Amino acid sequence: MEDLKKFLVEKVLTFESDTLLPETEKKLQQIRREKISTPVIYLASGTGSIIAGSEKTFLAIRSYLDDNGTVSDLVRVGCSGPANFEPFLCIQLPGKNKLFFRNITEEKVEPLLNGIFHNDINEEDLAGQKGTRGFEMWPGIPFLEELPFFSRQKRVVLENCGCYDPENIDEYIARGGFRAFVKAIRHYTFEEVCTIVEKSGLRGRSGGGYPAGLKWKQALNTGSSSRYLICNAKESDPGAFTDRTILESDPHRLVEGIAIASYAIGASSALIFLRYGSEHARFRIQKAIDNAREYGLLGHNIFQSGYNLDIEIRIEPGAFVCGEETALISSLEGKRGMPKLKPPYPTTAGLFGKPTVINNVETLMNVPLIMQNGPEWYRSLGTEKSPGTKVFAITGKCRITGVVEVEMGTEIKTILEDIADGIKEGKEFKAIQLGGASGSFITSDNLDITIDYEVMKEKNISMGAGGFVVVDENTCMVDLVRYYMEFMRNGSCGKCIPCREGTGRMLEILEGVIRKPSNDDSGTTLERFKGVMQLENIASVMKDTSLCGLGQTAPNPFISALKNFREEFEEHIFDRKCRANICRGLRTFSIDVDKCTGCTACASKCPVNAIYGTRLQPFFIVVEKCTGCGICFDICKFSAITVK
Amino acid sequence: MSTDIESIFKKYKQGRREYLIPLLQEIQNDLGYLSEEAIVRVGSFVGLSTTKIYGLATFYDQFRFVPSGKVQIKICHGTSCFLNGSQSVTDKIKEETGIIPGQTTRDGIFSYEIVTCMGGCNNGPLISINGEYHTGVKPEQLPDLIRKLRFIIEND
Repeated sequence: MEDLKKFLVEKVLTFESDTLLPETEKKLQQIRREKISTPVIYLASGTGSIIAGSEKTFLAIRSYLDDNGTVSDLVRVGCSGPANFEPFLCIQLPGKNKLFFRNITEEKVEPLLNGIFHNDINEEDLAGQKGTRGFEMWPGIPFLEELPFFSRQKRVVLENCGCYDPENIDEYIARGGFRAFVKAIRHYTFEEVCTIVEKSGLRGRSGGGYPAGLKWKQALNTGSSSRYLICNAKESDPGAFTDRTILESDPHRLVEGIAIASYAIGASSALIFLRYGSEHARFRIQKAIDNAREYGLLGHNIFQSGYNLDIEIRIEPGAFVCGEETALISSLEGKRGMPKLKPPYPTTAGLFGKPTVINNVETLMNVPLIMQNGPEWYRSLGTEKSPGTKVFAITGKCRITGVVEVEMGTEIKTILEDIADGIKEGKEFKAIQLGGASGSFITSDNLDITIDYEVMKEKNISMGAGGFVVVDENTCMVDLVRYYMEFMRNGSCGKCIPCREGTGRMLEILEGVIRKPSNDDSGTTLERFKGVMQLENIASVMKDTSLCGLGQTAPNPFISALKNFREEFEEHIFDRKCRANICRGLRTFSIDVDKCTGCTACASKCPVNAIYGTRLQPFFIVVEKCTGCGICFDICKFSAITVK
Repeated sequence: MSTDIESIFKKYKQGRREYLIPLLQEIQNDLGYLSEEAIVRVGSFVGLSTTKIYGLATFYDQFRFVPSGKVQIKICHGTSCFLNGSQSVTDKIKEETGIIPGQTTRDGIFSYEIVTCMGGCNNGPLISINGEYHTGVKPEQLPDLIRKLRFIIEND
């Protein structure tokens, strides 16, 4: 173990020349598992995989190998993207291409491995093979990289995800890791690193798209004695999980990115602001930091360069508003996470009044690549104004969900139709929501928009941190907007009035729109109409007068939904009808007399006792008592209950 | 219990406010919640009044002030789970247990909370019961599940 560490430090990391010795390369190939003598089984093990049951699969494989006395390595790797394929398993036999299998739950392990070791491959669960030079191809098996899910992607940031053991720093170094950092601290000044990143045109991936190199220079040129770098890994948008996947699958590159960025701004202390609840990610990133420290990549006087750096993890205690820079800083200082007025920007007066650079995970993941391959290489990706790639977390009603990476300039249509494989169950597409809880909707008219900061800004669409939510015809837009508004109401810190009261009031009105009219004679109808008339007004006031981004963008989903789906809102308000049959309060159930057999199943399950009748005779529902919960609808075996 | 807090205090420098949140987090990990005693002692350790610490701790979602139940349920309210109907799952759990998120039932058996995204977006609605994940949960399964859990705890 010590020998390997010494070898990696001396012959790889601090080796004078860029080209390594041939015998070093040979050994690295072994560490990368490119030359193997026994079979290797790789099992994806991110949070998504664990939820799908990968740990049970792991134990099943372990016991299979033990029982059969098969000599074989079993490695946990990160997630490679498609969440539908979990537990995602890969088997590599000596001298042959890697084979990938999808949805390998524990009971499938034995037949699968039995087959593989006896040259009988189970085609049913097979996802494909991965072509690697110098390896024998499996005949008649499709290539994984030819699947539309992979072929339309450009994996740069995610290139290592799912390929190596994220708890093993040796493998990362063998894949070329940390050499960019060592090169930076040995050969470049702070200023030069900033210039390289500025030249590359890397823009902050948290949504705003501010040039990263420029931000670093601003912090560097303040002339303060100490500076801080914060990696914002909070990601609390509902439905976004890109950062977590990266942290779980490739934590070492993030450590390297943080190290280079800290060096560029001359910070000797860096913090990772991690979301609470993501224990798995925390464990892996902590391990990556500890390993880097062991190898002398962090700590005091790193490789005799005179540069000191330490990285600490801080767990965010749970407040949506802490994603905002100044609120994040307040939280780290041990205060309530409330935003402050800008300027001064954090780059001049941030954490403890010192210049602070805050970058998100994806931005920092790009940095080692830029240092390694040069700014020109980075410029060659993507579009002129927005170089590089963008990672998205696709969720919702599409066939394939998961984490994907596309080149800037890709059409949204490509992501939806090729990568995500269209809408589930042949339903009709309704909208895509980009940018988390404060993003706007993209409808079928706008699907040709390209992923590009300039283009999207022009169309008034925020790119956001990577949420890509697909919505189909079975989703009620009013209900979805209400959900986002509720999320924002809970997330508002309460410092400024437009946001605190605005989100609350808008939620109240939206709830009024979907609530059951208890009695149309009372004041509820009038109240509803009065409220609806005010909605647009409140939204514009919030946009103009809120203190921070949270309040300013909170009405976005509403404004955009109203623009694109006005008729759906009108139906709710005037006709009291929900076309997707989602809004409970507006559903009316009735029993089809011809189909009802009088089995009493619905009557016994009705929580409000609104169903009456005699056994073996048709039942009926008392509409005034019904709350619209839909339990009877789900329980009826004769589809006698109809919903309107 | 008091010795536990003492050993946590040893890891941090006294009187530094920036360690307040990590300190509270560690105490909560240890005790399961923030007791009154713990908050008073953290106050004297950090040099802040108890009200200020309450003010801070109630601002954040993570902290709780009553012991959590023996069965801890987390319900995912991420967008994907929401689109698949996590709201009705939450309503059902609320109805069955008679408590709102963050509370604990009087018998100390159940407590539940709502989280934004747990990572099982592919097969929502997702709930986690004492760390064990249940995917594709339907509201009508819950009464039986909750009755079963109550039975197990009561006869343990």
